[in-house]
Amino acid sequence: MPVERLPGVHTGQSAADVTAEVERGLLLSTVGKAVAWARKNSMWPATFGLACCAIEMMAAGAGDYDLSRWGMEIFRASPRQADLMIVAGRVSQKMGPVLRQIYDQMPEPKWVISMGVCASSGGMFNNYGLIQGVDTIVPVDIYVPGCPPRPEMLMYGILRLHEKVQREARVP
Amino acid sequence: MSEPRNELDAAAAIARAIGRVARGFSVTFRQIFRKDATTQYPKEIRPLPPRAHLGRHLLNRHENGLEKCIGCELCAWACPADAIYVQGADNTAEQPVSAGERYAAIYQINYLRCIMCGFCVEACPTRALTLTDNYEMAFESREDAIYEKWQLLEPPLPLGTAPGTQEGK
Repeated sequence: MPVERLPGVHTGQSAADVTAEVERGLLLSTVGKAVAWARKNSMWPATFGLACCAIEMMAAGAGDYDLSRWGMEIFRASPRQADLMIVAGRVSQKMGPVLRQIYDQMPEPKWVISMGVCASSGGMFNNYGLIQGVDTIVPVDIYVPGCPPRPEMLMYGILRLHEKVQREARVP
Repeated sequence: MSEPRNELDAAAAIARAIGRVARGFSVTFRQIFRKDATTQYPKEIRPLPPRAHLGRHLLNRHENGLEKCIGCELCAWACPADAIYVQGADNTAEQPVSAGERYAAIYQINYLRCIMCGFCVEACPTRALTLTDNYEMAFESREDAIYEKWQLLEPPLPLGTAPGTQEGK
């Protein structure tokens, strides 16, 4: 059966929420947008290549596709300096705690892209060795399908993440 | 290099050093005038190989509008990642959905499992299922990644027009 996707159903906004949003004031919302703009234009990814998807991630970072057009060419080796974790590849059961620790070490605000079908849902490796979806251990913002995704596919996912960051612009 | 013995030797050594540095940096400066190798992705789309199949599926129709899919589930059996779910139903004589006896009442492909291998296309006896080159897919939840039959029947948008690509333009 087709899924019913009614406009505004999933936003979780009631009339009271909207009024509260207006009462927050114009200035703060403008500052929030500026903060979100700054965040999305210098989003440094943590180095987290796990398998063949990492090759495509490296290709996206190299000069041919050039992620530095969005200010994210620096793949930080230290999670303390990273904003975005691109989980590129299958996550084995042993890698799960490591992945969670690296996620916990990243400073807020932080985002996660689950790149490729193996990271997103286990993909064709439906077995005991792999974690069936990285969203069971870390909250995932954008899922990118593909096996492995082309660099364009990853860049499309990054653009969608930018949209999401801009949409959720808030001043805490 | 040996120690300079007087001012003349020292000046010559400095001149040599500057010359070497200038020669080294001339390589760097020459790169400024070279053509940019980067593909500006959302603005310009790099052409794909003619037989590329790396995007979402398309469920085809006959020319008279009837669906080609007969709900035989062979694609679901062929799928190595168990990404396809098909549930068939009988056609009625008054309102046939497909050209065969049966049609797919439910047809779902989970794009967080599909690896675009094309085994389903090879298995399809009626050429109902084909792969396209539309790779612009990204989802914010797992539910969005399950494409229903009505989504798969729609022809994909041309590349570079998907929502989200406007920012880079």
